[in-house]
Amino acid sequence: MAAAATGLKRFYLVLGVVALVGIAALVYLVRQPKGVSIPANVTVLAADTAGFRGYLLGSDSAVLEVSEYADYECPACQNFETIQFPAVRDQLIATGKVRWRYRDFPLEMHPNARVAAHAAACAEEQGKYWELHAGLYERQGEWALSRKASGKFRELADALGMDRKRFDDCMSSAKYAGRIQASLEEGIRLGVGSTPTFLIGGRLFPGVLTSDSLRMMVEQAIPPRTP
Amino acid sequence: MGLALLSLAGLFISIYLYLFKIGKIGTLACGTGACEQVQLSPQSRFLGVEVALIGVLGYAVLFGLALLALQPRFAGPSWPARLLVVLSGGAVLFSAYLTALELFVIHAICRYCVVSAVLIVVIFLLALRELGPRREAPGLA
Repeated sequence: MAAAATGLKRFYLVLGVVALVGIAALVYLVRQPKGVSIPANVTVLAADTAGFRGYLLGSDSAVLEVSEYADYECPACQNFETIQFPAVRDQLIATGKVRWRYRDFPLEMHPNARVAAHAAACAEEQGKYWELHAGLYERQGEWALSRKASGKFRELADALGMDRKRFDDCMSSAKYAGRIQASLEEGIRLGVGSTPTFLIGGRLFPGVLTSDSLRMMVEQAIPPRTP
Repeated sequence: MGLALLSLAGLFISIYLYLFKIGKIGTLACGTGACEQVQLSPQSRFLGVEVALIGVLGYAVLFGLALLALQPRFAGPSWPARLLVVLSGGAVLFSAYLTALELFVIHAICRYCVVSAVLIVVIFLLALRELGPRREAPGLA
């Protein structure tokens, strides 16, 4: 009887140690800076895409819509965004000729592409989508191969004056994973195979386009005005 | 004793997954990303309740019962031991259902769910053994 009681006491001691180790591990994990992982290949629900066609820039009454399928981690997309896109925005979007539609097309080879796309989606919640979009491309070299990319996105969000807690909660929830997947699947259905790829007037144009060639394509696609 | 230790292990795994679900932990130490895929899928809720939370409550109850069953006054096939068999048996069926969802609906396997499924099967078998006839030590009969 006494031996059984001693055995039980010893067992409670072991159990207590296991419980303490478990609690310490959980506390440690909770206090770690939050890394973010956005799941791939999620099932797209109707709610993921309801009322959302992509990130739109430009007038609703623009004559033509240009869709860009791009990946934030892709160097060619960065090249287009930083070198060509400013002229596109000034000459085609601001003038009301074109409405730009940005679609996420995160490539599997880019481990941080989905997280970046999700950060941009979270920025949209706070009305800072295009600002974060530009920041992601401008600072691509700082986060593209980093294992702490989500920390860089947080810095960008802070620099843009976003509500940090709201941004963190949005990122942790991964609530836009379905929307990103839907965008990728749309591109695949259309035949997009690389980034960036542009959809102009029902035709796909893969690769970086210069602002001049885009302007020419747009002008060809816009029906001439009748006097 | 094994029942209590295994239930405690299951409890910690469930708490870990639930903390992820409620955004207290950013990423799961999973490696493949499949854990997040499973935990963020629509199937991670059962009748409107987070499966991870069901795990936390279930393992907590099993842990409590396992501790009760250890008490000398509940030695043998007492009500805590019987309840342990019933609840862990139900949990085995629920785990089988969740594993089927992972395989055939979500098409991803979360390693923590696999560990939990193995734990619950072992807990069930141990609980069954506790309920069975006790072997007498030689020389004490």
